[in-house]
Amino acid sequence: MTVRSARRRWLPLWLLLMSAGCWALDTTVLPDPVLQARYLGLTHELRCMQCQNESIADSPVDLAADLRAQVREQLLAGKSDDEVRAWMAARYGDFILFRPRYSWRNAWLWGAPAALLLLGALVSWRIVSRRTRLLAQDQEALDEDLRA
Amino acid sequence: MNRFLVPLGVFVALAVVLGIGIRHSPDKGIIASPLIGKAAPQFSLPALAQPERTVSTQDLKGRWYLLNVWGTWCGECRAEHDMLLKVHAAAIVPLIGLDWKDDDAQAQAWLAQLGNPYESVAVDRSGRAAIDWGVYGAPETFLVNPQGIVVYKHVGALDENTWTREILPRVQGTPGKS
Repeated sequence: MTVRSARRRWLPLWLLLMSAGCWALDTTVLPDPVLQARYLGLTHELRCMQCQNESIADSPVDLAADLRAQVREQLLAGKSDDEVRAWMAARYGDFILFRPRYSWRNAWLWGAPAALLLLGALVSWRIVSRRTRLLAQDQEALDEDLRA
Repeated sequence: MNRFLVPLGVFVALAVVLGIGIRHSPDKGIIASPLIGKAAPQFSLPALAQPERTVSTQDLKGRWYLLNVWGTWCGECRAEHDMLLKVHAAAIVPLIGLDWKDDDAQAQAWLAQLGNPYESVAVDRSGRAAIDWGVYGAPETFLVNPQGIVVYKHVGALDENTWTREILPRVQGTPGKS
């Protein structure tokens, strides 16, 4: 057996060990699978305020663990997902929500895609209608030439 | 000519909007607190060194105070300590400490060694009070007015600039109000 194939043989084990690090961070299990699913959903859409580009589910810092504990306690106490989100946003601001909420300050952002789509449709409609008109004129000229 | 006027106009409009956005964006990493203008979150916690005494926001009503969130594990807190001592010496607004997720003995040793700028220190071992105040990294300092409203928040080490430009004018600007 060559060195290379011996290495290959260990590859699955290495992959398995490496992957272990990813799911070992948060080992919280809630008694009810529905609650557990909601817990995972919420912890993945709340921002870790210290690391900022990670969710609290993925972050190893202390504060993220504390906030996960809050999510767990509040879900167990019967709070809805929106209540948990509102609780977090009241303390840390909308910045903690990875899924932004609609507000008068960001209304233009929500409206922008529709406005741009409308603008694009208008521009393409104008281009197409102008071209069809040109096409008809060309055809007329061609017909005249053929008749002559 | 007209063909290029429209894209140029769009470009200029975009540049103006983005330019305003960049000029008005706060320092990177500093997040506006939703607490500004709202009632200070309440807590009632044991006092450092005197666990039988409690430090409570209720008792602080009726006067200005600075809530300073710190911990001995926090490097920037050491950096701002001299400034805190100056604020204490100025005797204009009392400093209330919130010792965040810390070891009591270490916190006491820290104050004994570096000097104690605080009127009182609340011990937040679980970190629950800090979460209520939306704290995400020590040190953080909140200015609370006599009505119990949070009027200003500073993230990071307190410095001379913040003290003279942000905190003092707010405290001294309303002499008759309390």
